[in-house]
Amino acid sequence: MKDSGSPEISRRGILAGGAAAVAATHVPLADAQTATRSGLKPTLAKVEMTVNGKREAMELDTRTTLLDALREHLHLIGTKKGCDHGQCGACTVMVDGKRINSCLSLAVMHQGDKITTIEGLGTPDKLHPMQAAFIKHDGYQCGYCTPGQICSAVAVIEEIRAGVPSHVTGDLNAKTPISNAEMRERMSGNICRCGAYSNILEAMTEVAETRA
Amino acid sequence: MKPFTYERASSPAAAAAAVARTPGAKFIAGGTNLLDLMKLEIETPTHLIDVQELKLDKIEPTQDGGLRVGAFVSNTALASDARVRRDYGVLSRAIVAGASGQLRNKATTAGNLLQRTRCPYFYDTNQACNKRKPGSGCAALGGYSRQLGIIGTSDACIATYPGDMAVAMRLLDAQIETINPTGQSRTIPIADFHKLPGTTPHVENALQRGELITAVTLPKPLGGTHTYRKVRDRASYAYALVSVAAIVQPDGSGRVAIGGIAPRPWRVDAADAQLRNGSKAVVAPLLAGARPTEDNAFKVPLVERTLAAVLAETRA
Amino acid sequence: MKFTTPAGQNPIDQGKVVGKPHDRIDGKFKTTGTAPYAYERHDVVANPAYGYIVHAAIAKGRIGAMHLAEAKAAPGVITIVTAAEAGKLTKGDFNTAMLLGGPEIQHYHQAIAIVVAETFEQARAAANLVRVDYERGKGRFDLDEALKTAPLKGADSGEGSKAPPVDRVGDFEGAFAKAAVKLDARYTTPDHSHAMMEPHASLARWDGDKLTVWTSNQMIAWGKGDVAKTLGIPKENVRLISPYVGGGFGGKLFVRTDAIMAALGARAAGRPVKVALARPMMFNNTTHRPATTQRIRIGTDRSGKITAIAHESGSGDLPGGGPETAVSQTKLLYAGANRMTSMRLAVLDLPEGNAMRAPGEAPGLMALEIAMDEMAEKLGMDPIAFRIANDTQVDPEKPERRFSQRQLIKALQDGAKAFGWDKRNAKPAQVRDGKWLIGMGVAAGFRNNMNMKSGAKVSIDRKGIVTVYTDMTDIGTGSYTIIAQTAAEMMGVDMDRVVVRLGDSDSPVSSGSGGQWGANSSTAGVYAACVKLREAVAQKLGFNSGDVEFADGKVRSGNRSVALAEAAGDAGLTAEDTIDYGDLAKTYQQSTFAGHFVEVGVDMYTGEVRIRRMLAVCAAGRILNPKSARSQVIGAMTMGVGSALMEELAVDKRFGFFVNHDLAQYEVPVHADIPYQEVIFLEETDPTTSPMKAKGVGELGLCGVGAAIANAAYNATGIRIRDYPVTLDKMLDKMPPVA
Repeated sequence: MKDSGSPEISRRGILAGGAAAVAATHVPLADAQTATRSGLKPTLAKVEMTVNGKREAMELDTRTTLLDALREHLHLIGTKKGCDHGQCGACTVMVDGKRINSCLSLAVMHQGDKITTIEGLGTPDKLHPMQAAFIKHDGYQCGYCTPGQICSAVAVIEEIRAGVPSHVTGDLNAKTPISNAEMRERMSGNICRCGAYSNILEAMTEVAETRA
Repeated sequence: MKPFTYERASSPAAAAAAVARTPGAKFIAGGTNLLDLMKLEIETPTHLIDVQELKLDKIEPTQDGGLRVGAFVSNTALASDARVRRDYGVLSRAIVAGASGQLRNKATTAGNLLQRTRCPYFYDTNQACNKRKPGSGCAALGGYSRQLGIIGTSDACIATYPGDMAVAMRLLDAQIETINPTGQSRTIPIADFHKLPGTTPHVENALQRGELITAVTLPKPLGGTHTYRKVRDRASYAYALVSVAAIVQPDGSGRVAIGGIAPRPWRVDAADAQLRNGSKAVVAPLLAGARPTEDNAFKVPLVERTLAAVLAETRA
Repeated sequence: MKFTTPAGQNPIDQGKVVGKPHDRIDGKFKTTGTAPYAYERHDVVANPAYGYIVHAAIAKGRIGAMHLAEAKAAPGVITIVTAAEAGKLTKGDFNTAMLLGGPEIQHYHQAIAIVVAETFEQARAAANLVRVDYERGKGRFDLDEALKTAPLKGADSGEGSKAPPVDRVGDFEGAFAKAAVKLDARYTTPDHSHAMMEPHASLARWDGDKLTVWTSNQMIAWGKGDVAKTLGIPKENVRLISPYVGGGFGGKLFVRTDAIMAALGARAAGRPVKVALARPMMFNNTTHRPATTQRIRIGTDRSGKITAIAHESGSGDLPGGGPETAVSQTKLLYAGANRMTSMRLAVLDLPEGNAMRAPGEAPGLMALEIAMDEMAEKLGMDPIAFRIANDTQVDPEKPERRFSQRQLIKALQDGAKAFGWDKRNAKPAQVRDGKWLIGMGVAAGFRNNMNMKSGAKVSIDRKGIVTVYTDMTDIGTGSYTIIAQTAAEMMGVDMDRVVVRLGDSDSPVSSGSGGQWGANSSTAGVYAACVKLREAVAQKLGFNSGDVEFADGKVRSGNRSVALAEAAGDAGLTAEDTIDYGDLAKTYQQSTFAGHFVEVGVDMYTGEVRIRRMLAVCAAGRILNPKSARSQVIGAMTMGVGSALMEELAVDKRFGFFVNHDLAQYEVPVHADIPYQEVIFLEETDPTTSPMKAKGVGELGLCGVGAAIANAAYNATGIRIRDYPVTLDKMLDKMPPVA
């Protein structure tokens, strides 16, 4: 909208100039309506879910995400908070067999659900085949995104088998192959800044082939 | 995030009535966009009505040969449905071009239509934004606008509608079914659903307060070759710089809709009419009146070139 | 142990454990979610309060007033600490801006308060009720503008890359003027964010005047010192614990606001407090790799011999900060009699610039190695041949200093063979695969080796278990495993008999993790402690330490053999030592080298650049563990893809902040961007670096990758992009027309 001469442009110009010209400005940290005192009281709600096969009954602030319920209330620290906004995948868990970002889901919305976290897949003494394959292929470095990667990896292989299409699927009406390209595309919601992607694919390929 | 009370809705009509009755109430389904915004206090509902369990999760044939998609069918379920894959490939492709597998498992049909913009100034509550706070100004004007709109924008707002699914639905001329707080239903053509900002960028769609989307209907299959081409810097898990949804018939006629460039999925009848004449001919009416910024002027040639790619692929 | 002369034969050379691709010993914890990171220490603190940080809404100016009443009255709030309540705070030695701002604001999203509450939800909501009146000040946010008047400034990155304000050898201007073939080009690299997956996080607990901070930090001893200095308490009263670090890349070299605010919050609340930075605030609150504007001039004779080379760089930082040392590799990488480098530093009021993985070389090589590609083309030479023609085995500025090892030529030649370089068409824009324009690119990788003093304590218990204690950190680098391998090799035990305890400031001070010095330095420290422990064992057994052999869990001397467990006895044996370095790094130039090879496809319609193949050939001393070292390199290559193709912190020059401040808008590579990556390590041991004969490799993997990608994109399209990232908007208007 360059050179459109709109009043907003010139107003922005003034605002930017104003910033340069030492002016007192009130900048609210959030421009939400000021909440009344009573409006700030947390609401508690009861929720029951099955986590890694165990019934868990909790009374939670309604604002509690599934992620924080797992980490802060059930002390299941394997599920990680990387961004808290659905932008990294570190918080991936499976709900009734489907992977989701637990940071973008309220705990109270999981009444009766079956949750599987990384702790439910395997333990240091009894590793899930995907966990073992990640170790063998060095599919991690700092380890922070790793539980999310593993939960996603397990779910991705099931999704391909179930015929869920992806962005790289060639023929929408044919059986989807478990290919490198399919797995990479589907794993793209799990960011690994250490850059273990190539090794993660090796681990997934091994598990997919073993179980095929 | 502000505190809120929470209830599970018992029926669509009851849910609509509850939102209308309760100041500050909002529906929540997948929650993937609403919770994101609530954490930043861009959305500050005081009461959430959970509509997930309303059983609006079926995909059923309509009498005139189309499909009726329940409002809370997940993105994954919709993209995976055999009928959608066979008859509405562009929709399936658009959905799986968006977000990530995890998000698509939670995101719903209705929620995705209501996805709010990803303008960085909308997301930063320290910055002026007419959409977030009417009358506060638009910090994106004269700011960093590479991702933002080139057409349909206004002097009050240059944000885009960021989604993919709706671009395919616009192409298909989907209809949005709603129920209002008095229990009445209505149908809104998707062309009328997303509003251009004008002087009121905070008004983003045609829904009235308390009105709940119950379904999206797809007309009977159009045949033709379906394509959805999404252009972005990284190969996945990113919003479109530009996306092109197209259906091209064997005779070269067809239709196109564009994502990533406007406050709503962008489609122009006069452009569809030019499809046989190639991308340049299409783009002239399609982008007539475009007002890009210096940062996003590249989207004009990018639309044309992406369209050329789609047409070439269709011919191949 | 003082390391003053090149290492001779030692037990590490046995190579029974060291040099083997052992799986990581921390792997079973990381893959099962049982490795605890800083915010997750339910095992050590039962019921911490939650802190949430309030961030400045302006980039520059002052706080006029803060209105806290509403937030203080909010449910669950225990306390709020601002600069007014915090008492005197002193800026840490490693910080440029204050970690708690106010009343002066130095950058956008600078921390200005912590709200402590019973729950996370309450703390976050209350933080949003803090109202602040600001007096905006005039800020400097435009690098190009500020560089016009910026002074020359030398610097040492502290990570192996340094340069004086101006450095001249011979007569650059004269030689350049006379050169037969020349290039004079400008390049830019934008601001980059570390964007590690674990946000900065700390849990602080006071026991009287003693402070314990469970945190996420690469450099424990630096951190301990700066926590003490910032808070004005004695160093001995501070303990830092950081056994797992969810990525750092330089962003966690220094104490950040999470640690200080947790400590201040805990003191005010009278109970432990934990704090994690919210992701949308990290990009402006923490440090970043500064943007650079670089000018490179190269002159050669007709045969392609460099006769003149100059590299100038400008960058910006807050007052008191330093320049990005982007020119330093140019002092060492290629031959040439007439040379010049210089750096300028502009004062900017953007967030603090500081080290990010391979500071200096990462952006420096992104420019230099495009310039080399451009020169090769001007000369009509193959870019590998051009680099080989200008190789040097000595420091070009001080020819009496030899490189301790320099296998750049072999790295390039072996890489060319493995990659199929001979199939590259030197003429750009000739190769098509459907809609893809295909190109190959190469770049040299270069990064100096750094040795840092490093200590460890090693004990053997009565069961023969060897335990290593050091404040070294494992930030994904594999420290746990290579330290265990070192101890196993030295003490002659299996890996499962070794326990490694890292990241505790109560343990001996190590090199820490930075500047790719961690692997060689920290294992050398463990080596030194093990040498002492071996002597203690021998002495206890009355063996002549000269002919003692440690193998298979036993100690042997002549025909006597005693189990290590027995030798340790009920009391066990412990030894502690520190490796310290003499002048070898001055006598010899110790550097690491790589050849980076990339094949890209560029969509002929849209200009999207996608990686098809990647190879790195690395020469970096002894590779202590080829599996974890390879991971370091592929990870660095992935980060190189990000900086080449997508990463850019977009600056709002009006309001002075990075606009795209979350992980949706600051794009880093995802799985779909990265194909199978290949790494080849050249056989090398470097006796001048340490008894381990190793060097760093974790940053080498990044150095040069970006340019190899940009060069490949050029080879694919004939379009030369000199401003990173190489995105489609910079290509479109030069792409061939499509119908």
